[in-house]
Amino acid sequence: MAKARVTITLKKTIMDAQGQTVEKALHNLGYEGVGNLRIGKYIEMELNGAPATELPAQVDEMCRRLLANPIIEDFHVEIEE
Amino acid sequence: MATATKMRFGIVIFPGSNCETDTWHALNDQMGAPVDYIWHGETDLSGYDCVILPGGFSYGDYLRTGAVARFSPVMGAVMEFADKGGLVLGICNGFQIMLEAGMLPGAMMRNVCQTLVCKYVHLRVETTDGPYTRAMSKGQVLRIPIAHGEGNYYADEAALADLKRNDQIVFRFSTAEGEITPEANPNGSLENIAGICNRERNVLGLMPHPERCSDPILGSADGRLVWESLLQAV
Repeated sequence: MAKARVTITLKKTIMDAQGQTVEKALHNLGYEGVGNLRIGKYIEMELNGAPATELPAQVDEMCRRLLANPIIEDFHVEIEE
Repeated sequence: MATATKMRFGIVIFPGSNCETDTWHALNDQMGAPVDYIWHGETDLSGYDCVILPGGFSYGDYLRTGAVARFSPVMGAVMEFADKGGLVLGICNGFQIMLEAGMLPGAMMRNVCQTLVCKYVHLRVETTDGPYTRAMSKGQVLRIPIAHGEGNYYADEAALADLKRNDQIVFRFSTAEGEITPEANPNGSLENIAGICNRERNVLGLMPHPERCSDPILGSADGRLVWESLLQAV
């Protein structure tokens, strides 16, 4: 069984209102050095059945079809055998 | 008050939809149009002239608004229905589902203000070309409520240029006088966009809720103009 870890982030060109709000909250807590804070999503899953060589393409397809919205989001996939 | 009509409406219900009864009330009780509810597992849309994707929080808005609903069995039929020229109207969550499904260009993001905004706003009618706004006049200002946390419309430069070139921007958030200002923008939406249609003009998505203001007793009946436009379209 393999495991996949998917990280989804808003594209750099897209303003992250949620990230900015949290960054301000950290500043208010005294962490003034915090900058460019961005919030994304983390998804992990187990993968059964498909041959290991097909997994990267399969997870990539999952990201494009459902897990991420390619118009506004980037994604990064790690697969562990 | 009922208007005689042969146009038949279907309102799709996803798990988590919550504006279907208001939409039914506006169309049936207020406009006198025949309406059916369509369960999200349905795949036969024959017999309908207009299918409505209502507001709500389909599938809990998990992952992204509309992202899961977009793969409901009914959505294949809705897209086929739209491809054949059928009228499809997406209101609020319905608009978000249409964007996820690629029926309309762009994507929806969280409101810049980071809160759900529930209030009356003003909308300027940007075009009367098409079945949803033909009973309005260009530049007319409507007073219609919004209620959403993710109505911050985004499209890249090329998609925005396309929308403009093809006159697909149907509604913009405006002041009561019809001016497009940053202050009149409740959610950070690109160029105050509140509603867009496809190039063929049979598919419309908008964030405001015309079904919540189709009865004068509710404070505004401006939403009726959408239904009156549709009923003229037949």
